[in-house]
Amino acid sequence: MNQTYAVLKAPKVWGALRGLETFSQLLYEDEYGAKNINLTEISDFPRFQHRGVLLDTSRHFLPIKVILANLEAMAMNKFNVFHWHIVDDPSFPYLSRTFPQLSQMGAYHPYTHVYTPDDVKMIIEFARLRGIRVVPEFDTPGHTQSWGKGQNDLLTPCYSGPTPSGTFGPVNPILDTTYDFMNLLFKEISEVFPDAYVHLGGDEVDFECWKSNPDITKFMEQHSFGEDYSKLETFYIQKLLDIVTSTQKGYMIWQEVYDNGVKLKPDTLIHVWKGNQQQYQNEMAKITLSGYKTFLSSPWYLNRISCGQDWTSLYRADPHNFTGTDDQKKLVIGGEACMWGEYVDSTNLMPRMWPRASAVGERLWSAKDVTDVNDAYSRLSKHRCRMVERGIPGEPLFTSFCRHEYKGN
Amino acid sequence: MASCTICLPALMMLVLDLNTVESVWPLPQKLAISEERYPLSPTHFNFYYGEDQASIMKDCSLLDSAFTRYFPLIFPDLTSGNGVLPSTEEKAFSLVVTMHQKDCDGYPNEGSSERYQLNVSAGQAVLNSDTVWGALRGLETFSQLVQQDEDGTYFINKTEIEDFPSFQYRGILLDTSRHFLPLKAILNTLDAMAYSKFNVFHWHIVDDPSFPYQSRTFPDLSSKGAYHPMSHIYTQSDVRRVLTHARLRGIRVIPEFDSPGHTQSWGKGQPNLLTPCYKGSSPSGTFGPINPASALSYTFMSQFLKEVTSVFPDPYFHLGGDEVNFSCWQSNPDVRAFMQKMGFGKDYTKLESFYMENIVNITSNLNKTSIVWQDVFDYHERIPKDTILHIWKGLPAQYKAETSRMTKAGHRVLLGAPWYINHIAYGQDWRISYNVQPLNFSGTEEQKKLVIGGEVSMWGEYVDATNLSPRLWPRACAAAERLWSDESQTRSAEAAFPRLQAFRCSLLRRGVRAEPLSPGHCSDEYRGI
Repeated sequence: MNQTYAVLKAPKVWGALRGLETFSQLLYEDEYGAKNINLTEISDFPRFQHRGVLLDTSRHFLPIKVILANLEAMAMNKFNVFHWHIVDDPSFPYLSRTFPQLSQMGAYHPYTHVYTPDDVKMIIEFARLRGIRVVPEFDTPGHTQSWGKGQNDLLTPCYSGPTPSGTFGPVNPILDTTYDFMNLLFKEISEVFPDAYVHLGGDEVDFECWKSNPDITKFMEQHSFGEDYSKLETFYIQKLLDIVTSTQKGYMIWQEVYDNGVKLKPDTLIHVWKGNQQQYQNEMAKITLSGYKTFLSSPWYLNRISCGQDWTSLYRADPHNFTGTDDQKKLVIGGEACMWGEYVDSTNLMPRMWPRASAVGERLWSAKDVTDVNDAYSRLSKHRCRMVERGIPGEPLFTSFCRHEYKGN
Repeated sequence: MASCTICLPALMMLVLDLNTVESVWPLPQKLAISEERYPLSPTHFNFYYGEDQASIMKDCSLLDSAFTRYFPLIFPDLTSGNGVLPSTEEKAFSLVVTMHQKDCDGYPNEGSSERYQLNVSAGQAVLNSDTVWGALRGLETFSQLVQQDEDGTYFINKTEIEDFPSFQYRGILLDTSRHFLPLKAILNTLDAMAYSKFNVFHWHIVDDPSFPYQSRTFPDLSSKGAYHPMSHIYTQSDVRRVLTHARLRGIRVIPEFDSPGHTQSWGKGQPNLLTPCYKGSSPSGTFGPINPASALSYTFMSQFLKEVTSVFPDPYFHLGGDEVNFSCWQSNPDVRAFMQKMGFGKDYTKLESFYMENIVNITSNLNKTSIVWQDVFDYHERIPKDTILHIWKGLPAQYKAETSRMTKAGHRVLLGAPWYINHIAYGQDWRISYNVQPLNFSGTEEQKKLVIGGEVSMWGEYVDATNLSPRLWPRACAAAERLWSDESQTRSAEAAFPRLQAFRCSLLRRGVRAEPLSPGHCSDEYRGI
């Protein structure tokens, strides 16, 4: 930058967006309110290409406004993937054109707590203008209680002895109708969401209901799965992956699918979420050793709040900290900050997410050796005040003040 | 203050049908609701003063304001522009208020009765109370009894309530020094406090990091000690606004000007107030607590307290007295000399006691009752009997023992220790607040009477207007019920859970940014960010 103009060069428009954000952060106000900028030269690029934030709109419905506000905040922090965990056990807010009864029966309210096709389009476009990809997650076969409300025979009927108990378990893997349904649903999803990838979930499948169901027991015998229900899970996932592949999408899956030995396409992205530091580092090593690409969330479950400045531990976690070769490390595409929704909705999402997610944002963009927590504190405090000035209610890091405090409710 | 050690396991929660649950919070002492119900309509609803009350009530503008405030709370659709749905029976409904005492123009104090009776029958509800403060509590309860059908018709069930608080002091502490809280945030907090019948706002207004209180007598205190002398202060007008807003809701405002520790920001505008710390034989450049060895300190405090005791009308005044670090005093030769002169030897607790005794005396002469943190009692058990002690330290074993000791010595006690909800943890930590038993300590019946109540604290290290509301609400509501309701009827947090969930949805509907307790939804979600 020289004289009274700045030059921003980028190979692609997405780089230009990042550069614009940086430029906006170089401006500062003096005591008289005049804007200043210093002579500056910057050459920048992200360390990791997948820098994501997960929102959960099933445990609590999130009104559009807060999703858009969160996308704005993501752009301020150079996040580029919105992982939309859109449906789950408690509610199904996605209004499907092919299966409208899924939300009609499965949403918290069929009109006030749903995302219409227009809502989804708006969110995708809003994100696109900020260089943010929207990757939807339709998690199966577990985490699907709400799906069963609008789709009979989709979920496995659990049995109490010889009779159905009235409750339901994971998706029923033995029925053809299940795969017909998934085929049509994922065809729609592939058309609605333009990203090259979909997230298929595959986590925390509880086998108890499958075990109780006599039809499934028969099926297990017929297929010589014995008592090993992970084989049944594999059977389901395999067929699901084939369905999704036929829609020309790549897929991301939670680590269990890999851990259970499912046969995966080589370009599958494996999402590591479990375990303490030792455990997730081992997992990253294993996955990359098998040749798969992976991204990390385990240390970045932002829904897990605690007292004090926990952003420092978020900041210290590094996706490359595991024992492996350089080639293995290249397979780590990045990570995601996750805000699961059990205790989170629009009343507390923004202050809980920001600026803690910013710590993750820097870890994923900046160079590996940018690790000085004290320096980060002073920069992050200013960045937080900047977000507040821009209308994002990021909470304070510690005792402090901003020149312009938050004016909202 | 203390560091966090609580971590909760996540709990699996069922999503419940909230339409069938009564959400009166806190639970009234005596509550009888029957199936019979009566329609109400905003076009045919009136507040009335009882027939023999006209003369008493003639100038009760406080109640008139309350009626104006509660009307849209009773009929929420009115303000959301959804229009008034015609009800099938356009019957008039009256809420008739009668009070025994006329005290509408004063401020609530420690003796104010908040007792009320509320009887709801066909076309009429009768609200009877001793004082206007009880009438406010009854109005709040009434507003929570009115519900809506799926088609929007308002109704209320046949109800008989007799209600009064178990504890007379039910407070919330806000800290406006660690982070400045804009006036709006304070006023919003007062609104939400009224919804769960909190009646004391403990305003921890200044502390080490900043001094936002603009003093008439010592304007430099804020012009040099606030985060910013213009944008981060509370003017006299702001303070009056808070006092008025609180009074209209029957909430007492008790300020805390904490000394001799927690006063770093005071020294910026009042040089010579704080103790200069020494490194060897020369000043190090840093400062410690207020200098107890200097007569100037007491002259200043006397003048300052004279002002603030007149600005804040409540009979109680919080003087702080916590966490005094002695090392600076020990390093200062003048202080050491003073210790010698007074015969305190090397016992600096005696010096702290000397300081606090002086301050309590000044305050007493200004006709205020002092509240001090437990540290003052812990260091010096001989303080004036009518000084109220505020317990803030320790786990149950410690604070129960402390309560025993203090009440045995004849002091009134405020329980703060179990309700430091600035300490956040993952999961439903409201249950921990709910399960606190303030009178479960060893002591006589007389001792138990000395526990006058408690406080929810929201210390400000990690809190400002961006996250204050969701962090306070609905978690503070657990203590609200513990301090108001009959403990024997509210033992089960599990039973309280659906009621609190429903109450949380009511808070949302009223514009309080209250966070969720578990997976689920409210029919009106928060539409802001």
